[in-house]
Amino acid sequence: MNHLLSTADLKLDDALLVLDTADRMARVADAPVRKLPTLRGRTVVNLFFEDSTRTRTSFEVAAKRLSADVINFSARGSSVSKGESLKDTAQTLEAMGADAVVCRHPASGAPHRLASWVRGSVVNAGDGTHEHPTQALLDAFTIRRRLGRLDGLAVTIVGDVLHSRVARSNVWLLTTLGARVTVVAPPTLLPLGISGWPVEVSYDLESVLPKSDVVMMLRVQRERMSAAFFPTEREYSRRYGLDADRAALMPEHALVMHPGPMVRGMEIASSVADSPRSTVVEQVANGVSVRMAVLYLLLGGSGAERESS
Amino acid sequence: MTSVIVVRGVRPLGGDARDLVIADGTIAAVAPAGGGERTGVVAEAAAGSADGTRPAPLVVDATGLVALPGLVDLHTHLREPGREDAETVDSGTRAAALGGYTTVFAMANTDPVADTAGVVEQVWRLGQDAGHCDVRPVGAVTRGLAGERLAELGAMASSAAAVRMFSDDGHCVSDALLMRRALEYVKAFDGVIAQHAEEPRLTAGAQMNEGAMAARLGLPGWPAVAEEAIIARDALLTGHVGSRLHICHVSTAGSVELIRWAKAKGWRVTAEVTPHHLLLTEELVASYDPVYKVNPPLRTEADTEALRAGLADGTIDCVATDHAPHASEDKETEWAAARPGMLGLETALSIVIQTMVETGRLDWAGVADRMALAPARIGAVADMPRDPASFAQVGVPATLTLLDPEARRVIDPLAVASRSSNTPYGGRTLPGAIRATFLRGRPTVLDGKII
Repeated sequence: MNHLLSTADLKLDDALLVLDTADRMARVADAPVRKLPTLRGRTVVNLFFEDSTRTRTSFEVAAKRLSADVINFSARGSSVSKGESLKDTAQTLEAMGADAVVCRHPASGAPHRLASWVRGSVVNAGDGTHEHPTQALLDAFTIRRRLGRLDGLAVTIVGDVLHSRVARSNVWLLTTLGARVTVVAPPTLLPLGISGWPVEVSYDLESVLPKSDVVMMLRVQRERMSAAFFPTEREYSRRYGLDADRAALMPEHALVMHPGPMVRGMEIASSVADSPRSTVVEQVANGVSVRMAVLYLLLGGSGAERESS
Repeated sequence: MTSVIVVRGVRPLGGDARDLVIADGTIAAVAPAGGGERTGVVAEAAAGSADGTRPAPLVVDATGLVALPGLVDLHTHLREPGREDAETVDSGTRAAALGGYTTVFAMANTDPVADTAGVVEQVWRLGQDAGHCDVRPVGAVTRGLAGERLAELGAMASSAAAVRMFSDDGHCVSDALLMRRALEYVKAFDGVIAQHAEEPRLTAGAQMNEGAMAARLGLPGWPAVAEEAIIARDALLTGHVGSRLHICHVSTAGSVELIRWAKAKGWRVTAEVTPHHLLLTEELVASYDPVYKVNPPLRTEADTEALRAGLADGTIDCVATDHAPHASEDKETEWAAARPGMLGLETALSIVIQTMVETGRLDWAGVADRMALAPARIGAVADMPRDPASFAQVGVPATLTLLDPEARRVIDPLAVASRSSNTPYGGRTLPGAIRATFLRGRPTVLDGKII
């Protein structure tokens, strides 16, 4: 693995390696000194073209726990906002000797382009409506920790699949890991080409909930309403929101997940978000472990080989 | 200047080898191969050169080469005025001549827009001055391509540029009433409206063909229906008002069916397909390399198959390049920020050979029709013979191109004549190479190089 750009091209062995490594990293978080010397002298650049304090902070903490030097390069207020191209930015980072670039970008595929312009490893931290691989890895990690396995589980993803990079990354990764994925959304919020995905499609949340081991709620942006994806927030909530009554239809062991930030009352009721079956807070903690594992495997795990080659 | 040219051993439309003698811009004699040296005009020129009164004949050894009528491109972006960093009339027409073209239609989306007699005359004159091929400006349908008010179509028609084709290419004339009026208005001077068929509301923010690939790549989809809905509407309007409609860059199987239907009705609807839509498919977008970004987008294998079949049976009348040069900063970027468009002039014939000739769908006469005669008819180009065989007969203007069909060349984006390098065929080995091009007897390309 040289880059982590998508889960669609992540092989089962590599996915399992990340999860197993994340298990080891999670133990560091519980140790008295929460730091490993693995990436000492290495530089990780957080290149964020979209504001995302949560994801950026998670990567920053992960890199620092591995003793890497972290540079936060935010597009706002930098030369990027003055019209500098992605390619120029890439060349600048290259000249500064970035070993890894963690890239969040509003354009789908931007990290792919970046990877062709820099020698260091590129980690996709969310690109447009394409993928968000570390989110899917931390979701898989969270499910495995709670339920002990992924193989054979029924995972239901609910909400704005069309615009969701989290949904895409989860569909590919969870399928690779042996889960069966169902997506539930109004037809306007599903991509037309979804027939090519390894998923079941349903428009009826209540019929799917009793058969779900995991229900993953996606954020629904209110702006979608004005673009006629659905008539009103109230109607969306009534048909696709996870309220307490609907949550009661789920099997007792089943989990409720949300990548955050949540729109409480719209796609998820507060009582459900804060219930014991919710993994929302764990997901945040697990995010650090998974991102440590990714950086470790890209930069540290095979560091000697990289230098000699 | 050489006034007599002997083209030895050439095979017009791939037929028997002939010697063509070109004198004073027209074909003066056609003889079986080896006979050209003995014709009167050559003997006379040779004698004249001996006593210094006439230049010696130029002899072009064309053994094994196929002669085709000079190609006509109905859809070229020359970028001048406005984006001379990406292409100029001079550089674009060099690329055209090297690709075997003798006439290109220059699209109106320049800056300023070609929506007045002044701008179209300027572009026409720049073409004359460059001299690599004839430049026929396309006039904008609406002022500033804004889709609100008709441009002065009549003034452009009666200008020195004699505009007959009008297009807002790059933008669809989406207002149905405005489109109807444009179609009606150009009847007065036998004009044709070339429509960029793209329903704008259905393609807001669109980045690639809508389907499984777009769903996977997370790029907003450009649905086939956005093209087909406009074609259906405009075909109906054309039938209703009895005018002439040309559909630019047809890209979907459904569009081919609709055009077939419109033609069966007897309506005067013609259509073009680009080389890239005949060959390339949406799978290439997976690289997120914007060299594959084009509008309309690359479609599916089934679409390329339908387009090839439509071109073979004449439903699609012609091949047009949609040659769209872009500066590197407009392409070496993330996908969404990149401008759509691909180079085409220097590779069009090769792609047609690969997709249509080598697959047995078109013979050389068919290629001549789809790349020269048919576009000339649609764009009202004078001096083009009515049937493919007669372009190499005595008395017609010597406007032709010589092609080595056996040649194989590797495309190097940095070695093209265009000022830009956004060819999607970089690194590919393509069949066929242009060796010479003649415009009314004057060589514009010899030995594969611009004159």
